[in-house]
Amino acid sequence: MNVATPPEKLTVKDYASDQEVRWCPGCGDYSIVRAMQKALADIQAPLEKTAFISGIGCASRFPYYMATYGFHTIHGRAASIATGTKLANPDLDIWVISGDGDALSIGGNHLMHVLRRNVDLQYILFNNEIYGLTKGQFSPTSKVGTRSPSTPQGSIDSPLSATEFALGCGARFVARGIDALPKHLPEVFKRAHAHKGASFVEVFQNCIVYNDGVYDHFTAKDVAADRQILVEHGKPLIFGTDRDKGIRMRPGIIELEIVTIGENRITEADILVHDETNKSLATLLAQMESPVFPVAIGVLYCDPAETYEAAVHAQVDAEKEAYPKPDLNEMLRSGPTWTVE
Amino acid sequence: MEGSTAVAVDGTIREEVEDVVVRFAGDSGDGIQITGGQFTLTTALAGNDLSTFPDFPAEIRAPQGTTFGVSAFQIHFGSREIRTAGDAPDVLVALNPAALKVNLADLNKGGLVVVDTGAFTDRNLKKAGYEDNPLENGSLEGFRTIAVDITKNTLEAVKDHGLTQKEAVRCKNMYALGLVYWLYGREREPTVNWLNEKFGKRPEIANSNIAAVNAGHAFGETTEASGETSAYKVAPAKIEPGLYRTITGIEAVSYGLVAGAQKANLKMTFAGYPITPASGVLHSLSKLKQFDIVTFQAEDEIAAVCAALGGSYAGTLGVTASSGPGIALKTEAIGLAISVELPLVIVNVQRAGPSTGLPTKTEQSDLYQAVYGRNADAPLVVVAARSPADNFDVAIEATRLATKYMTPVMLLTDGYLANASEPWKLPDVDAIPDFPVEFLSDTEDFSPSHRDPKTLARNWPVPGTPGLEHRIGGIEKSYETGNLSYEAANHQKMTDVRKDKIDRIAGDIPNQEVTRGDAKGDVAVVGWGSTFGPITRAVQKVQADGHKVSHIHIRHIWPLPKNLGSLLKKFKKVIVAEMNTGQLITVLRSEYLVDAQGLSKTSGQPFKVSEVEEAIREILGK
Ligand SMILES: Cc1ncc(C[n+]2csc(CCOP(=O)(O)OP(=O)(O)O)c2C)c(N)n1
Ligand code: SF4
Ligand SMILES: [Mg+2]
Repeated sequence: MNVATPPEKLTVKDYASDQEVRWCPGCGDYSIVRAMQKALADIQAPLEKTAFISGIGCASRFPYYMATYGFHTIHGRAASIATGTKLANPDLDIWVISGDGDALSIGGNHLMHVLRRNVDLQYILFNNEIYGLTKGQFSPTSKVGTRSPSTPQGSIDSPLSATEFALGCGARFVARGIDALPKHLPEVFKRAHAHKGASFVEVFQNCIVYNDGVYDHFTAKDVAADRQILVEHGKPLIFGTDRDKGIRMRPGIIELEIVTIGENRITEADILVHDETNKSLATLLAQMESPVFPVAIGVLYCDPAETYEAAVHAQVDAEKEAYPKPDLNEMLRSGPTWTVE
Repeated sequence: MEGSTAVAVDGTIREEVEDVVVRFAGDSGDGIQITGGQFTLTTALAGNDLSTFPDFPAEIRAPQGTTFGVSAFQIHFGSREIRTAGDAPDVLVALNPAALKVNLADLNKGGLVVVDTGAFTDRNLKKAGYEDNPLENGSLEGFRTIAVDITKNTLEAVKDHGLTQKEAVRCKNMYALGLVYWLYGREREPTVNWLNEKFGKRPEIANSNIAAVNAGHAFGETTEASGETSAYKVAPAKIEPGLYRTITGIEAVSYGLVAGAQKANLKMTFAGYPITPASGVLHSLSKLKQFDIVTFQAEDEIAAVCAALGGSYAGTLGVTASSGPGIALKTEAIGLAISVELPLVIVNVQRAGPSTGLPTKTEQSDLYQAVYGRNADAPLVVVAARSPADNFDVAIEATRLATKYMTPVMLLTDGYLANASEPWKLPDVDAIPDFPVEFLSDTEDFSPSHRDPKTLARNWPVPGTPGLEHRIGGIEKSYETGNLSYEAANHQKMTDVRKDKIDRIAGDIPNQEVTRGDAKGDVAVVGWGSTFGPITRAVQKVQADGHKVSHIHIRHIWPLPKNLGSLLKKFKKVIVAEMNTGQLITVLRSEYLVDAQGLSKTSGQPFKVSEVEEAIREILGK
């Protein structure tokens, strides 16, 4: 009897390239690259079939540090390049890496379209609410009043929510993670990877140089339990240091509210159970902002549909079946022709 | 119209002419393009050489009867070689007052006007902006006229076929066609067959249209009998034997890309964003998916070029097409393609003017954009098509160079070439040499930046290949390893190698030939792109008077053919004729220090033969 030798198991290290990492010491990007390497090792992603395609920014340096295929492209356009790559070879497993400026400012249009088309790839947006690489200007996700080199008196424009944007674009998988949650983040990546179609993940990332601590209000150790809620499909939306806080629909109005289990005759049965296939719920969860609400982390929405490249190739295949062995000579001669003697 | 003698054919006295230009014009709803298409086919079958040019209104649904709603189709055919759609019409068929108003000024002196008097109602005259009826106020003096109530006669001819009034009126273009068929002694049969096939499911429509063609033809015979009009004969041209079809530039470039991909043994990823006059490439390739083509209508031109580049990254032939404004948007990504050294074909169907300009009019004003229009030292290959059918060959050449040298190639064509059509001697695609691409598979001593010592093309490792995992990007990379490098000497080396790679292509393209005339002489008229037709005809005419004039037509715009500089020096004077304010001339002056003179035209219209001819005669006279 022949026993197939099990293929060598790839370890976390095997996913790291030999390139020296050039992010600032203490940058949140380090934990994200580690989380990614762990996720890929967990799923044993074949190196040769995996490609990281990024735009421009600190975040977009990411592909250089992975031992897979990688393409560091131009500012904002990674989604478009990735769409072409996926259409050309649907067998490739593609991760798009982008920053908040890259994805939502210069590349907002492409992000919108890659999501609505539902191209099967994972889009990871490193949101540090700042332009890191260009030395600290405010970004489309910066809070009003952000002081930066270009807004010395504070920024004026309202920020947008990356997650709500993704839901609005018709993304079928929307999740959130935090750079500082090294156990949770690989799981989010793995879920994104398992989803067929465009998976959108917003990672709250700390830029230690230009925006240090922007997320402390819900990520700092002392407040995290009360200001974050890790959502899980089928589980009640409970959070808090004592796990006695819950989220429910406010009676009579389409709005969420926080209640305390054990107070006012509230029991666990009154708490909303997370249903990741419910887009309205996902939207409400995405809208929750600290400090009034806990920030929702985890898979907010997952409801697969046919992928773009599958539909595109179905059309190509149908044409190939309808016209097997197409002959260009024949095609050129198929209309009216005449012979000159 | 050149060279007339009288001959009798089939009992009809027909004046023999060497070549004729006919322009059909009417409202955009009058079926002018179909009429032109049918006349073209029949004329080709009659053995004439020909060239055509459609002129659509820019507005999609321009108000009926207005001057800006006029659609026209011009055909130039003859018993000699025909290279242009003709300077000015000899015959104008005007199906409404607006068509007459827009086109009459172009008509040659003594030319023939065919008008539908039934359309010259007070209302239509007003819509066209006529104060009084040009048929009655002497406007047509100096022209010959066939004034016939085409509308009424058509209704009469089709009345037994049970069409609605609206459907019946629509047949009037076929009446006009029948009349012009009579004028040039054309067979009606091909059109009858075409109508039967096209309207197979609605025989009443087919029969009505056939009745209209016949009625128009019969009208011609009657007027001839009454001695009012004379008919013509255009003898068959001497044409290279072979199998022919007509082809537009858009079709030719699309098929050429398909052929190129086949020759390279690659699938194609085509991505585009609609823009006049380039959308046709996206449309036609979308109908050719059976050739393993993925077509993608992107959200904008940036996404389109990026998706094409992403397709090349994955090991297919990435192709995108646009026009000037869209090419401008693609510029940054083209720079990326240059930096990462991936093949990419960019088709630029040029149109007139900066910004939106004149989207439906033609120009050759993107040569600077193609050759120089990127940030930093970012050389690429530029090739240009010279006639509608030539787009086929140029598209194959673009693919060959892109894949062999791992570089973007810009293919310049223009709105005129895209829409115009000409007879095309069908090539045997199988006989065109292959240039199959080899992806890298050898993992030993791998670096994504290793290059072929001769071509300097880097190797092409495609994602999905085990053991060749690597990273590429727009940051400067080490010549040796392909990893990021900020080293000064390395950037110098990489800049040099990118330039050297493109320069070396000059050794892999044909030497510049003299298109017409001797390799030395008094005047060389240099052109590129769609000015080929008018220049070659003008040179031919001046040569006929014994002058030492030659035509040099450049296909490879960048790099230029190796011998071009020395060739130009063999002429006392050099004229560069182009539809811009002088772009190729700047390139030639800077490359060869040649004291060339420019002939420039930027009216949105192609050169007339006479304009080029005059310029040559002027320079000869000096
Ligand atoms: C076309 C273009 N415009 C501007 C830039 C400059 N630029 C580089 S990165 C960047 C913003 C990066 O911010 P973000 O995407 O949030 O990434 P981060 O550096 O914060 O990770 C800008 C404006 C560029 N590289 N290309
Ligand atoms: S600037 Fe900020 S985001 Fe960029 S590497 Fe440094 S810490 Fe990270
Ligand atoms: Mg940022």
